[in-house]
Amino acid sequence: METLLQQTVNGLVVGSVYALVALGYTMVYGILGLINFAHGDILMVGALVALEAIRLLQIYAPDLGLIPTLLAGLSVSVVVCMLLGFTIERTAYRRLRNAPRLAPLITAIGVSFLLQTIAMIIWGRNYHTFPQLVSTAPMEPLAGVFITPVQVTILVVSAVLMVALMLLVHKTRLGRAMRATAENHKVASLMGVDTNKIIAATFIIGSALAAVAGVMFSSNYGIAHYAMGFMPGLKAFTAAVLGGIGNLGGAVLGGLVLGLVESIGAGYIEDMSFGFLNSSYQDIFAFLILGIVLIFRPTGLLGERVADRA
Amino acid sequence: MNELANAIPWLGKRNPAAARWVVIALALAAPLIAMLFGKSWVRILDFALLYVMLAIGLNLVVGFAGLLDLGYIAFYAVGAYTFAFLASPHFDLHLPFWLVLPLGAVFAALAGIILGLPTLRLRGDYLAIVTLGFGEIVRIFMNNLNHPVNITNGPQGINMIDPLVLFGWDISRPLKIGEEISVNSLFLYYYFFLACVVGSIIFVQRLQVSRVGRAWAAIRDDELAAKAIGINTRNMKLLAFALGATFGGVAGGLFAAFQGFVSPESFSLMESIAVLTMVVFGGMGNLAGVVVGALVLTALPEILSTWPYRCSRPCSDRCCWIRKCCGCCSCHWR
Repeated sequence: METLLQQTVNGLVVGSVYALVALGYTMVYGILGLINFAHGDILMVGALVALEAIRLLQIYAPDLGLIPTLLAGLSVSVVVCMLLGFTIERTAYRRLRNAPRLAPLITAIGVSFLLQTIAMIIWGRNYHTFPQLVSTAPMEPLAGVFITPVQVTILVVSAVLMVALMLLVHKTRLGRAMRATAENHKVASLMGVDTNKIIAATFIIGSALAAVAGVMFSSNYGIAHYAMGFMPGLKAFTAAVLGGIGNLGGAVLGGLVLGLVESIGAGYIEDMSFGFLNSSYQDIFAFLILGIVLIFRPTGLLGERVADRA
Repeated sequence: MNELANAIPWLGKRNPAAARWVVIALALAAPLIAMLFGKSWVRILDFALLYVMLAIGLNLVVGFAGLLDLGYIAFYAVGAYTFAFLASPHFDLHLPFWLVLPLGAVFAALAGIILGLPTLRLRGDYLAIVTLGFGEIVRIFMNNLNHPVNITNGPQGINMIDPLVLFGWDISRPLKIGEEISVNSLFLYYYFFLACVVGSIIFVQRLQVSRVGRAWAAIRDDELAAKAIGINTRNMKLLAFALGATFGGVAGGLFAAFQGFVSPESFSLMESIAVLTMVVFGGMGNLAGVVVGALVLTALPEILSTWPYRCSRPCSDRCCWIRKCCGCCSCHWR
């Protein structure tokens, strides 16, 4: 029972990081119909830039205190990632908006390689220890469950960000314009929406979320690496599809479900398979659950059924 | 035969016959030309032909039937591992090549059907992510099935796989003609792979204009309409998956025999994407384009990665990450 509770907590923490990244995927997909494979690498850039900023701050402003240092590092990385997201949209994707569907997909994969390679040239191939400014020492166990301050922070921050994003999309002018653009580009622009600006804004918001997710991911595991964006990116995309791609609530739900299934599955797989499989199979859960859900609901958990058009 | 002429469009338009002969001559002379730059380039050519086979197979799925498959390399892996299991000291089995290769193809086709069955209802990007997941699952299993029972030997991979033996003739040994002349096995592999590729091209070309090919084209263009005119879309899609996978399986078996070594590293998502890039680069659905795309995209990174360093550097990490087997160092296939 304690294992179950513990893995549930871990799963919620990982799941909320997935959810934040999945939101970026799903927003871009909803508006452009593009799988932005570079999104996971923006997470990586976010983590590494924050790492660099924190390192510099610790050298030049050592008495700033832990939390201000972290916040400063986070802000720098969010700004850098916003710029990066904007640049990528502007240079790589905008020209391909009317190209056949596979062209932007391959381009996105190319951008992902490019970001990884640039990061590798700057930061090298080594694993960097990420300064754990929020403590990772477990607090007083609650009902036998160990939870660390950094996990609490991740849960709170991601919940706040998700609510903020929902408010932005559903209550503001920008959000309304985004929804209109997602519904239909042409009509939206006829109604006076500057769709180019809205698409750029979508990329900027998504990249900011990815940067925050990257910093949280690295703070939790204490590691940053030039290829660290690959797996979370893949899982987050899986989460977005699981929830029904293009649907914000779906992305959050998908992320949490994925995180839970993965960590509970990893906790029990050894018993379930009589010791034949072990926790190194953790990664297959994401894909298995995806396959199973899509067999029964081909458009994801919350996805709308699109009518076939001949 | 038109495909041959299409491979070089500027000549093919004006003088198809000449273009045809140029292509045939180039294909036959390629390893000799590559030899001028060193043996490693012949090796790269051999790999390029394997990639051509993969690209032809993926083109069948993506280009003809319009099913976006991001986990294609899994079938390559199935073929390669089948070969490695049945013809290496790992299980101490040494079945003949003529038995192992078809078995690999059959297993790959089965894997294709296993992937195809649950995904029949999925469209576009949903299909893409499920196939991607399938590829990852296969790789994770290859990586971890060494415990508690050692099946795949984990990340270390399987070594000392038997070479190709055609009717008692081991083509991994140099062929001796008379006293002086000896033909390097890389050449023998090249011509053997070339024969396989030519066979595949003829098969796929005939397939494309057959009833099946037309059905695929109909499904690709509009699945609903295809169903309405009486095409059994389920069977046709499964056939596309299975046939595409067969090519992957055969190429995988050849790869295992040629390389003598398989490990999960060679079957990462990046490889799937590389093959997909070849198909898209050459032009989906266009056979000649796909072949050219595979050749160019296999050779180009090699040329780009060796050229600036002039082979003066000792084997470094950088050499390897660009592409598996670089011309200048002994570390091949990552």
